Amino acid sequence: MATPADHPAHLQHHFVSSDQQFDAAKMGMWLFLITEILLFSGMFVAYTVYRVWHPEVFTHMSDLLDWRLGGLNTLVLLASSFTVALGIHYAQTDNKKGLVINLILTFVFACVFLVVKYFEYAAKIEHGIVLGSGFAPHGVSHGVDYSTYNDLFAQQFFSIYYVMTGIHGFHVLVGMGLFAWITVRAIKGQFSSAYYTPVELCGLYWHLVDIIWIFLFPLLYLI
Amino acid sequence: MSVNYLNHDKSIKSWIYTLDHKRIGIMYMVAVSLAFLAGGILALLVRTELIAPGETIMAADTYNQSFTLHAVLMIFAFIIPAVPAVMGNFVLPIQLGAKDVAFPRLNLASFYIYLAGAAIALTALVVGRVDGGWTFYTPYSARVGDGILFITAGVFVMGFSSILTGLNFIVTIHKMRAPGLTWNRLPLFIWSIYATSIVQVLATPVIGITMVLLFLERLLGIGIFDPALGGDPVLFQHFFWFYSHPAVYIMILPAFGIVSDLMGTFSRQQVSGYKFVALSSVAIAFLGFLVWGHHMFVSGQSAVSSIVFSLITYLIGIPTGVKVINWVQTMYKGSVWLQTPMLYALMFLFTFSIGGFTGVMLGVLAIDVHLHDTYFVVAHFHYVMMGGNVIAALGGLHYWWPKMTGKMFNETLGRIAAVLVFIGFNTTFFPQFIMGAQGMPRRYYDYLPEFTNLHVLSTLGSYILGVGLFLIMFYLIHSLFRGKKAGPNPWGALTLEWTHTTTPPHPHNFEETPIVTRGPYDYHLAPELFGGDGASGDGHKHEADISVADSGASV
Repeated sequence: MATPADHPAHLQHHFVSSDQQFDAAKMGMWLFLITEILLFSGMFVAYTVYRVWHPEVFTHMSDLLDWRLGGLNTLVLLASSFTVALGIHYAQTDNKKGLVINLILTFVFACVFLVVKYFEYAAKIEHGIVLGSGFAPHGVSHGVDYSTYNDLFAQQFFSIYYVMTGIHGFHVLVGMGLFAWITVRAIKGQFSSAYYTPVELCGLYWHLVDIIWIFLFPLLYLI
Repeated sequence: MSVNYLNHDKSIKSWIYTLDHKRIGIMYMVAVSLAFLAGGILALLVRTELIAPGETIMAADTYNQSFTLHAVLMIFAFIIPAVPAVMGNFVLPIQLGAKDVAFPRLNLASFYIYLAGAAIALTALVVGRVDGGWTFYTPYSARVGDGILFITAGVFVMGFSSILTGLNFIVTIHKMRAPGLTWNRLPLFIWSIYATSIVQVLATPVIGITMVLLFLERLLGIGIFDPALGGDPVLFQHFFWFYSHPAVYIMILPAFGIVSDLMGTFSRQQVSGYKFVALSSVAIAFLGFLVWGHHMFVSGQSAVSSIVFSLITYLIGIPTGVKVINWVQTMYKGSVWLQTPMLYALMFLFTFSIGGFTGVMLGVLAIDVHLHDTYFVVAHFHYVMMGGNVIAALGGLHYWWPKMTGKMFNETLGRIAAVLVFIGFNTTFFPQFIMGAQGMPRRYYDYLPEFTNLHVLSTLGSYILGVGLFLIMFYLIHSLFRGKKAGPNPWGALTLEWTHTTTPPHPHNFEETPIVTRGPYDYHLAPELFGGDGASGDGHKHEADISVADSGASV
């Protein structure tokens, strides 16, 4: 007869064991992450091509991006990756309190990232740096005269900036939704050392979001 | 009637919320068949318009939209999902000895995502117009009406479905094989689905981002493909073909897999060169990522890159040739049984070979310069897509039909329809090679009078093809109501879906997990199929002493 140890609640009927189910889930998530990398790589290719063709435009326009805000966001995401990894550790050691706290921290860090991005975008839009035909840099603030940044093909840099950080930001938002969901589940006690697959999978996703930013930041802000 | 996946719960809800890969496969079958029907009707309309120069049944603008929609439906809503989502879904877990795919809920989600994507794409018809061909090259596509927004969004969403299906299959193949089912004992259909799934997972995201960028370009004018803003319209072509070339291998690899299984079963023999055939699928998948530029020889890309793309294109002929040679070898000294599925496999050898050869021809730079954007290209890709994928898919459909439905179709009608399809198909498309070589451009509404005879022949061929296909639809549906009941293994095949399941299969596929001790075409190890103990039958007395897998088998 099946005992609870043989057939835990989380074991799906088409799997033979929890290990097989966990391995399958992780493999599936890694494959999904590879598709995400390929999605972003299209944009990285566009960036590379246009940078090679118009290097001076890219270098000049990237001055308008504040590396300190970008750097802050980088630290925020790195911290959030740390907290999610810590959360997984606590799940593995049956520490529900540690898990919940770290999931909430991760969520908060993601929020901070998006808030900083909001301020960055607002500053750009205020000065006429928008996507599409309304592109017209103007105005002076913090000693920077935006109208001197209207190079030929200047728009190309910011189109790529907005699309890349926009799609990345969308992935951060989705991540926030995922963390909110698993935090609720964690509070309800659905995770333990025997079963914490959703936490692991969300963690993997989040690390990908982080690493994409690690590439975006220097390419857009620093060079 | 015993409990099977069809009759154990007949409520609509049990179908809408099903997690059973078999039911999901059937639902996909209905959906892609509708897409094929719609795309096919558009094809017949296009061919009818082309029966004479000038206006015949529609104005030029309608014609442009018709061929565009024909291709979008056929490529994204039919051919890319069809074999993997229908036959892959139904057959793959059973051939692996598993109860289901790795992620059944994701599987159901894939289906609904596909439907949503198709619906979004079709909204383009209502909202606006879409023309210019399914390749949507910029700058034209970034400047036309709003229809393009829905088509790009629809393709993006359908792509998601494709990715998730591929992901599901890869994990299932890696993690859920039955005991004893080593990689070297996998049916070749599985190997081909595996290679297809890898391509789906790696390539489809690129069309995803391409559609996003085209959408934003059209909606906001971001300038990424606009030279006035520093962009480059040819970049779109690179992005587009980086997916769309591997996409054609998504289309053909499953077909190769079906043909391999058919050749083994209907020749009653080992598929010759099993390892070569298996690995050639992976090789084709890999090489397929390196040749996208052969669609762009006249786009202005550098001569050096054209030469490199051309050379690698030739290389793809090698693993493909390996397969064709092995299939022919499989039949040699086999006990060939010419049932309807095998007729399609044989037709495939002929039509796919023509398609493949003409593809390599187009890969020759000096030839392509003349043949690019002519009917020669149209004929080539119809020979590989229809003569390859669809013919093999029809073979697979007939092969697995008894397992899926529990009914046999009328074999005589099956053979008649196969002949009609063969004659109709070749009559439609072979003249197009000639037209193209003589200079008839593709996508043209009107043409010079000298091409009329060949167009008439092509159109008449399309009607014959249409009759054949409608006949298939008729007798298959008829078999659901009046067909003879099928046994568990009417073809005498050796893969798990035939040897270890009832017809139709039980909801969980197997009574107990099968244990596999022989390869998928090891007829010399299966004396039970020949009614003897091996010693008196085929002389393989020693092998007959080996006990074969027998848990719940009913042959």
